[in-house]
Amino acid sequence: MFQFTKVAFTKPTVIPESILASVEDVTTIKEKLSRNILDVFNGSLAIREVDAGGTNAEEHELTSLSNCFYDSERFGIHFVASPRHADMLMVTGPASRNMAYALKATYEATPSPKIVVAVGDDAIDGGIFKGSYAVYDGIHNVIPVHFQIPGDPPTPTQILVSLLHILEIIK
Amino acid sequence: MIIVVLLFQILFIPLFSPLLIGVIRRIKARMQNRQGASIIQPYYDLWKLFQKDEVISKDASWIFRFAPYVIFAISIILPLGIPVISTISLFSFMGDFLVIIYLVALMTFILALAGIDVGSAFGGFGSSREMTITAITEGAFVFSILPVVIFTSSSNISSIIVLFQSNSINGLLPLSLAFVTFLTVLLAESKRFPFDNPATHLELTMIHEAMILEYSGKRLALVEWASANKTLFFIVLGMNLYFPWSLSSNTDPILLFYSFLMLLIKILVVAMFVGLIESSIAKFRFFRLPDILLTAYILGVIALIMVAL
Amino acid sequence: MMLLIQSLIFGAIFLFICGALSGIVLYKKQKIAHILGSGFAIIASAFALIASLIGMISKTDIRFSFIGGEVILPVTMKIDSLAFFYILVISLIGLLASLYGYRYMKHYMRDYNLGVFSFFYNLFLLSMILVVTASNIIYFLFVWELMSLFSLFLVVFEYKNYDTVRAGIVYFILTHVATAFITAGFFILYTSSGSIYFIDIQSSMVSIPSMLKNIVFVCFLIGFGTKAGIIPIHIWLPRAHSVAPSHVSSLMSGVMIKLGIFMMIRMFFDVMPTPLLWWGIVILLLGSASSILGVLYALAEHDIKRLLAFHSIENIGIILLGMGSSLIFASLGQFVLMHLCLVASLFHTLNHAVFKSLLFLSAGSVISETHTRNIEEYGGLIKRMPYTALFFLIASIAISGLPPFNGFASEWITYQGLFQGILNQTLGIKVVFIIAITSLAFTGGLASACFVKVFGITFLARPRSKESKEAHESGWQMIIPMGILAFFCLIFGIGATYITGFLADVVDKISPINSGSELWTTDMGVYLTQSNATFYNPLFVFFAILIAIAITYGLVHLISGKNREIKDITWNCGFEYMTPRGEITATGFARSIILIFKGIFRPTKQSSIEYVDANSHNKYLAKSKTVVLNTMNVYEAYFYRPVDRGLRMISKRFKSLQTGNINAYLLYIFITLICVLIWVRYS
Repeated sequence: MFQFTKVAFTKPTVIPESILASVEDVTTIKEKLSRNILDVFNGSLAIREVDAGGTNAEEHELTSLSNCFYDSERFGIHFVASPRHADMLMVTGPASRNMAYALKATYEATPSPKIVVAVGDDAIDGGIFKGSYAVYDGIHNVIPVHFQIPGDPPTPTQILVSLLHILEIIK
Repeated sequence: MIIVVLLFQILFIPLFSPLLIGVIRRIKARMQNRQGASIIQPYYDLWKLFQKDEVISKDASWIFRFAPYVIFAISIILPLGIPVISTISLFSFMGDFLVIIYLVALMTFILALAGIDVGSAFGGFGSSREMTITAITEGAFVFSILPVVIFTSSSNISSIIVLFQSNSINGLLPLSLAFVTFLTVLLAESKRFPFDNPATHLELTMIHEAMILEYSGKRLALVEWASANKTLFFIVLGMNLYFPWSLSSNTDPILLFYSFLMLLIKILVVAMFVGLIESSIAKFRFFRLPDILLTAYILGVIALIMVAL
Repeated sequence: MMLLIQSLIFGAIFLFICGALSGIVLYKKQKIAHILGSGFAIIASAFALIASLIGMISKTDIRFSFIGGEVILPVTMKIDSLAFFYILVISLIGLLASLYGYRYMKHYMRDYNLGVFSFFYNLFLLSMILVVTASNIIYFLFVWELMSLFSLFLVVFEYKNYDTVRAGIVYFILTHVATAFITAGFFILYTSSGSIYFIDIQSSMVSIPSMLKNIVFVCFLIGFGTKAGIIPIHIWLPRAHSVAPSHVSSLMSGVMIKLGIFMMIRMFFDVMPTPLLWWGIVILLLGSASSILGVLYALAEHDIKRLLAFHSIENIGIILLGMGSSLIFASLGQFVLMHLCLVASLFHTLNHAVFKSLLFLSAGSVISETHTRNIEEYGGLIKRMPYTALFFLIASIAISGLPPFNGFASEWITYQGLFQGILNQTLGIKVVFIIAITSLAFTGGLASACFVKVFGITFLARPRSKESKEAHESGWQMIIPMGILAFFCLIFGIGATYITGFLADVVDKISPINSGSELWTTDMGVYLTQSNATFYNPLFVFFAILIAIAITYGLVHLISGKNREIKDITWNCGFEYMTPRGEITATGFARSIILIFKGIFRPTKQSSIEYVDANSHNKYLAKSKTVVLNTMNVYEAYFYRPVDRGLRMISKRFKSLQTGNINAYLLYIFITLICVLIWVRYS
């Protein structure tokens, strides 16, 4: 059953650097990740990635999550084509003004219960674009963000480790 | 025992269709040299979707809301008329092959309407492409089963299979051609390669997926499950119609169990074939698809003429 | 019993005449004329409906002759089961269309005269009923011509519109060419049998040589085929049916074109009872061509009534498939199969009358609210006109031939007849039947594609024009007929078993054989005894679908009933400005199919660009770009226009004979006199 609907979110939780650096090889956390996804999401996590004006570096890393080396599909994670089908939104980029409405619409279009994860330094506070007139300096200024994964960009291993941590927090 | 047969006919396809989808995905993953999700992953997907809330567009009408129920209902009653593990069937009145073909067409009709209902461009062109493919597939579908109908002079699937089991040597070549036509129709109706990519994210390349982009929660689960049901139904129909020698003709439990095992093996063979095709060739350009379907139709006509001579 | 039926029929005739007279006498007071005209039409149709029901159930025949009428017009009527069946169809649709028309015609009250309309409308219905009762040549030709003329005046009712008048002219010309062919055919029959009565012609058929029979067949095929709308003599149908008022279109499309089929059945099965093999083959091939081409042209149309008219051509093709295969079996002596196919043909006639009328009536509701026939300006009407949308949906599912409605039942029987054709015939005939099955199979798929397009673009998604945003539901006088017709769509589908039983009796009366009724049993549904096991029980299929839907709904709500449903905007990739221009259009929907079949359609694409600054050589800033997508009208380009040009050329040559000089004319008379004298001397 979905359990995280009971938890209230006030401020986005940043995944600490120590956790990110803790694991070198994905195979060590394989078992825990699968079990957590089974417990929290009934074994199936549907992710929709949204690019809010970023550099595409995070997109590369997220895409390589589904290649045959990292193979996120074996944990029950799959990327979907429409936010209506998604449980988790992974947003990258510093929330440029042109994408603000689209980002809000995507958030509204996702059925609850949903989690929003901001991936990358740009998405946390604007990163290298911080202070520009064209961006909102971080996704949390546009839509409510539950978790943030630092890194420019975070490697796929770090993303998976962060997911594991997120699921532990939610449980 | 006849209750067991009846339960099998009703419950086999809805219960095993997610497993079929899981197996096909696993085969594809293995061919891509990665591990892939477990074969019961689609069950997890469906169960999770039933728990979620839905977001429904303001422009949607009652057609959008009711379509998934109607589509799923039709996908459950389709296998009532065909023998799944035994040729004894209480509901053989559902088994006329024209009833089956046009019930499948009714499913497509209602899903296409639901796609237009929300007023998004994706649903609209998804429906357009779906109806174009369906319009041409109908002819191939009729002509894939028609040779068997003429061969046995009966248009009810159960009777065809009973008659076919007893007299099958004469029709081997034309019925193989008809089976090739049927395989093409199977791929077309289940929206798999080379007609449509079920795992694509690019809306401009979608046919079936484009119509369900707007669904969420329990309705999405019903539509995806109905699509899997349709795929499994086509496989069961094809295997039992063209290769019926393992079907039991009475209610002896040993024979039923043997027939069930053989059915699983047949389904696995077709699943491997579909997985292989999906991993080897690319999806065809949309305007090449009528060429494939019309070729399949012509093969069906040749098979029919050979049978009718 | 006979007295009851006779009095009902003559009562109906009398009431129709009353309605017509009240229309023309009171034409200054439009409101009263309209009420009286519609009222008389409704009551008269009801009388005819009851009469036909009693006649069919009690299996009586009515014969009537007007004493002393031979001096002016010999009136002999013979109403047998087939005629009662057609009167049933005419009066059922007439009754419902008249009720609908009462409310619908009020829109015309300012610009056109409703009294005149009532006059033509009542006489149109009357002439249609009289056509099916005819049993001699002169009377038949008289009422046939009356029917054509009255329908013409109804078609051009909106005479202030130039396109309407043009459509009427095409209709006028073609229907009279058709009448010429019919008259030629009847003339040959009269000269070879010496009598104008059908009974005498029937008994003298054995002594008529085959060559004459073939010529008569071709004349009747072209003549009645034009009225029925067979390709390639169909070009009047889309024009005329789209400009007529909607309930007149429904009568014309649902009933009048069936009268062409009726006369073909009457002539080829009843009056000329030994058909030749090639007759059936030609009709089967024409039916295949009509059905496929009809539905393809319907896909390319955006005028809702032209689209429905092309679907009528498609369904006439399906009816002809039944009739053609029936003729083939009759010529081969297989009368049981002949009965099967003829029942299929008649059943589809009934079904098409019901769902096509329903489609035209709902289209009429939509047109009267949005004042346009172009489906690209509709949209979202399901929320504004829910009943119309529901009935249109039922008719769409029925016309696409999907179970459990009536379209599927009659197509199922047609299919079975065609399968029997493959089973036990020679190879050449088998190929013809394979072509027929191909056309039937593809027609089903293409028709459902077309109706997804029509229903989806008309009623679903968001409104595309101001009128669609503000449309209202129609009044009860328009909704009740549509509801009754939708109910019949369902009932004729579920009760197909009983209706085929009725129709088998009707066909039995036309050409009685002993074993025709064994074809059907009613305990397992429609059951064929010719093949090993072929049956269809529509009632069970319907209940299976309903029970499955109920179980699904119940189970799903058990599992996830507590989840919420939130309303939001449509997901369109987050684009901010969602206008109706973002939806699918009818052009876009059908473009794929048009490009796939471009050999038949010959699509063309013209584009023109208007630049911001036309004078300068700056071609970078375009103000607007127009693209016109078109399909070519193949029949007009390759057949009618060359014929037209040829006729004009010949006429121009002959014009030189008309010099205007009286001496030349005297010379012509003199030459003719000499020739006639020589001919008489030497013959």
